[in-house]
Amino acid sequence: MVGPGPGGGAPLENANPLVYRRSGERPVTAREEDDELPDSIDDREIFDLIRSINDPEHPLTLEELNVVEQVRVKVNDAESTVAVEFTPTIPHCSMATLIGLSIKVKLIRSLPERFKLDVHITPGTHASEHAVNKQLADKERVAAALENSHLLEVVNQCLSARS
Amino acid sequence: MRGRGIQLLSQVLLQCYSLLQEKEVLHLVLFYENRLQDHHLVIPSVLQGLRALSMCEVLSPGLAVSVLKAIFQEVHVQSLLQLDRHTVYSIITNFMGTREEELKGLGADFTFGFIQVMDGEKDPRNLLVAFQIVRDLIAKNYALGPFVEELFEVTSCYFPIDFTPPPNDPHGIQREDLILSLRAVLASTPQFAEFLLPLLIEKMDSDLQSAKLDSLQTLTACCAIYGQKELQEFLPSLWSSLRREVFQTASEKVEAECLAALHALSACLSCSVLRSDTEDLLDSFLSSILQDCRHHLCEPDMKLVWPSAKLLQAAAGASLRAYHCVTSSVLPLLLEQYTKHPQSSQRRTILEMLLGFLELQQKWGHVEEDESTLLSLRAPVCSVVFSALTDPSVQLQLVGIRALTVLGSLQALVPGFLSPSDLELVVDHLIRLALHEEDSQSSEAAMEAAGSLAPLYPKVFSGHMVPRLEEELQSERQEESPRDHCSLQQRCLQALAAVSTHTSIVRETVPVLLQHLRKVQKGSEAGNAQDMVSVCQSLHRVALQCQQDAESCWYYHQTVVPCLLAMAVQAAMQESTHPLLGKALLEEEVLAAMVPVISAATTHLSPELAAQSVSHVVPLFLDGEVSFLPQNSFPCSFQPFEDGECLEAQRRLVALLMAFVCSLPRNVAIPQQERLLRELLALSCSCNCPFTATTAAKCFAGLVNKHLAGQQLDEILQLAVNRMELGLAEGPCRMQALTLLLWVTKALVLRYHPLSSRLTDKLLGLLGDTELGPAAADGFSLLMAESPDVLHKGCHADVRIMFRQRFFTDNVPKLVQGFHGAGPDVKANYLKGLSHVLNHLPKPVLVTELPTLLSLLLEALSCSDRVVQLSTLSCLQPLLLEAPQIMSLHVDTLVTKFLSLTSSPTMAVRIAALRCAHALTSLPTTVLLPYKARVIRALAKPLDDKKRLVRKEAVAARGEWFLLGSPGR
Repeated sequence: MVGPGPGGGAPLENANPLVYRRSGERPVTAREEDDELPDSIDDREIFDLIRSINDPEHPLTLEELNVVEQVRVKVNDAESTVAVEFTPTIPHCSMATLIGLSIKVKLIRSLPERFKLDVHITPGTHASEHAVNKQLADKERVAAALENSHLLEVVNQCLSARS
Repeated sequence: MRGRGIQLLSQVLLQCYSLLQEKEVLHLVLFYENRLQDHHLVIPSVLQGLRALSMCEVLSPGLAVSVLKAIFQEVHVQSLLQLDRHTVYSIITNFMGTREEELKGLGADFTFGFIQVMDGEKDPRNLLVAFQIVRDLIAKNYALGPFVEELFEVTSCYFPIDFTPPPNDPHGIQREDLILSLRAVLASTPQFAEFLLPLLIEKMDSDLQSAKLDSLQTLTACCAIYGQKELQEFLPSLWSSLRREVFQTASEKVEAECLAALHALSACLSCSVLRSDTEDLLDSFLSSILQDCRHHLCEPDMKLVWPSAKLLQAAAGASLRAYHCVTSSVLPLLLEQYTKHPQSSQRRTILEMLLGFLELQQKWGHVEEDESTLLSLRAPVCSVVFSALTDPSVQLQLVGIRALTVLGSLQALVPGFLSPSDLELVVDHLIRLALHEEDSQSSEAAMEAAGSLAPLYPKVFSGHMVPRLEEELQSERQEESPRDHCSLQQRCLQALAAVSTHTSIVRETVPVLLQHLRKVQKGSEAGNAQDMVSVCQSLHRVALQCQQDAESCWYYHQTVVPCLLAMAVQAAMQESTHPLLGKALLEEEVLAAMVPVISAATTHLSPELAAQSVSHVVPLFLDGEVSFLPQNSFPCSFQPFEDGECLEAQRRLVALLMAFVCSLPRNVAIPQQERLLRELLALSCSCNCPFTATTAAKCFAGLVNKHLAGQQLDEILQLAVNRMELGLAEGPCRMQALTLLLWVTKALVLRYHPLSSRLTDKLLGLLGDTELGPAAADGFSLLMAESPDVLHKGCHADVRIMFRQRFFTDNVPKLVQGFHGAGPDVKANYLKGLSHVLNHLPKPVLVTELPTLLSLLLEALSCSDRVVQLSTLSCLQPLLLEAPQIMSLHVDTLVTKFLSLTSSPTMAVRIAALRCAHALTSLPTTVLLPYKARVIRALAKPLDDKKRLVRKEAVAARGEWFLLGSPGR
């Protein structure tokens, strides 16, 4: 479902991309430290889950490349839905499906089961937007992709904490 | 047979070679040379014999050469065993050490012979020796003749070193030893340059990070001895390799080594001695760097902007000449880009780069006026920095403030860089940012900057900034809301403290602060106490900044300590006469804030001055001797140690006495010390106010800790023990007696006093007490932790460095025993005490002691007390990371316990349990895999925890468990 991974020595598709500033750690509020009061799952919390995912090509995070932004994350805790839009750096980016898959896997691993996930490309930012969205929405294809050990390896590398 | 005979002879010679005569040696050498032609089984013994002879001092001239020639000719060294090859190297090393001249007579033949000997060597032990021989060949100028390339080939074939020592290797040779040894050879002579540089360029392109790093480090080492001539041919390819690595790498290490190599190259080109007819390559090298990097600086949003800036800075940092060349091109460009890009984030990047170049200037020290590019750019640089300071973006302001500090310190190096009016402008900006900027980060940074610039321009700051701050502090503005006014005052106080970094400024700011304290005390507003605490915090900061300078320190002590005491005594007396006029100054939090002020003003006094001061303060408390205080007309007498209902307020001031007397250097004698100790003891046991009683106990403990050993100390301690036993037995003062016991125990444990074990046993006994048990258990944390105000190294207490370990070894077995013997209602006390001790123990000690305690800790996880759970978890977490082997024996219990604690009702316990579950992933993967599915399932529940902080830990832990045993981890 995805093209060749980042090969050794092959020139990067976009060698000098725009780099954006990382938002800092979310400050801990007094309310969050209170044992009694519940905190609902909000947009920022979901954004924090995905912003530190590594780009498969660059030593940069998706946030630094502006592939994910907080305004493109929508969560409804009561109805248990999460919608994430992501923006490939260039319209022909061959990594788009892989990036979408990484976001999806990260959310599957990090959110309670009750949530229904929707990960798709920001409308109008990628040449084969429709095809990629369709693949990402297809549960069976996602499951099959994760059976592929080469693909799983690349996804896991994107999700590993940077040492 | 011949072999056995020669072996015997060689072993004899190895024992007695120093006793041989010249003639005997001659015969033996001839014999052995002849034997080299013998059967190959005999050769090892022959070599041993020659090694013995090579150590003889009486070897006649010419023999060394003939031995070596014979070896080179007759022996095929690489077909020998490792040990015998080593013998050959030893013989060569010995001769090189003692017969240098003779060997040099051999000319290049010697070098060639050696090349043949070492060609094909594989054993790391022999390589280390062989590399050393090559290094000596080069360093001692042996003739290499036509064999330079061969010598290079025979060593460079090992580059880059790829060697992993076998596990449990008895020889202890590390990869790093070989790398360094080989690097020393390769980088030992410019003669290798034409062969080495292409090799390095090739290996920089390697996929192996270690090969990259080794090449870069070797290149850096070479630059130290190379000149322009060696580098010339390879500069373009070296630069393009370095640029490629810095632009593309993800590894900070590789980047750092590339920058270091570029720095070294630039430095090497800068200081090469040139013949008059050669071109200076530095300029052309730098201009190719500028050409490749300059345009990236114009794109402050793009990824390559920082790598380019770093490359330029590395090259510019190598020499003053390089700095001029780079900055004269880059600085105007950056200034221009700053005006071209209006967005704050872009400006910030540009200013940060500019700052990097400005900081480099500091490396060159004083610079002649006409040499400095900076001077010509003075006006635009200042205007850029000032514009950053007024920008609404906090991030840009912060960089602007850092730039301001650098500009200020440049003034000393480039005279005339800042004009007096510029300086006043700087101060104005700092005041504005410090007082009125909404963002606290900027305000704090501005104060820091003021603090670091103040010692450079004390006159400007004391004449300009301090009066402005004083004015703001005193102004009573009606139009503002009280909250704004309050925070402005806070800022003023902080700024006054921050700027007090020079003795002349301290003399201006301290009176202002004290004046303000008096003013607040006279006021009657509700928030008084908080204001006083702020003033005290500022005073404390000033005190810390004064400590290193004896003159300021004494000025500060003389001014502040009597003033604070006078104010406190006055307030306490008013309280005694008019108890209803509640004084904020006497509130516990204000007194507690004064303690560090007095303590910091005292610890760094010289013994003479401290003695002078102590002769006033102690009589004040013991005899009410008030004459040394300013404004000393008081309505009644000061008697803090007398009994009496209305003296409660006066007794609280023992806190100030403690701050002073417990901070004195140990060699300062305290007048009437025994009387003082008795009074403190009585107060600590009898006083009903917990603050006063605790303070008196701390003061007593602080003095006892420093008291000279001897009869007097024994007597006072005996007295204390009697009072404690009486108090602990029964009655209303059991808690006070326990507090005293804790503090005295701490004082004695710290100095390894013999009585400490008796007191600790008493404390252990109290753990079984239903009433005092929990307090005694918490007391173990007090014993082990660093106390902020007394009994620490800073206030000259007698603290043995290993006291925690010693306490651990002495008492943990007793705690464990007590736990097993205790009734169910008090078991938790023992666990709590134990976990406090463990929590404060250095981690390496804990890891070694772990096996004996682990079962108890696991039991503690089931204890229902959440303090015990929490401290046990925080104890186990580092152990999981540091001692995974031991912990994996208990993986089953650990998994079960951690998972069950993730549903504890207490948030902190859930968080700690999840962190432990996360730390479990550092155990060996094979141990964990059987649990993977179960843990992932169980961790799904805390993902939906009602608290966000818990969810965050659950996400981290679960994510890591998913990666276990999975490709790409």
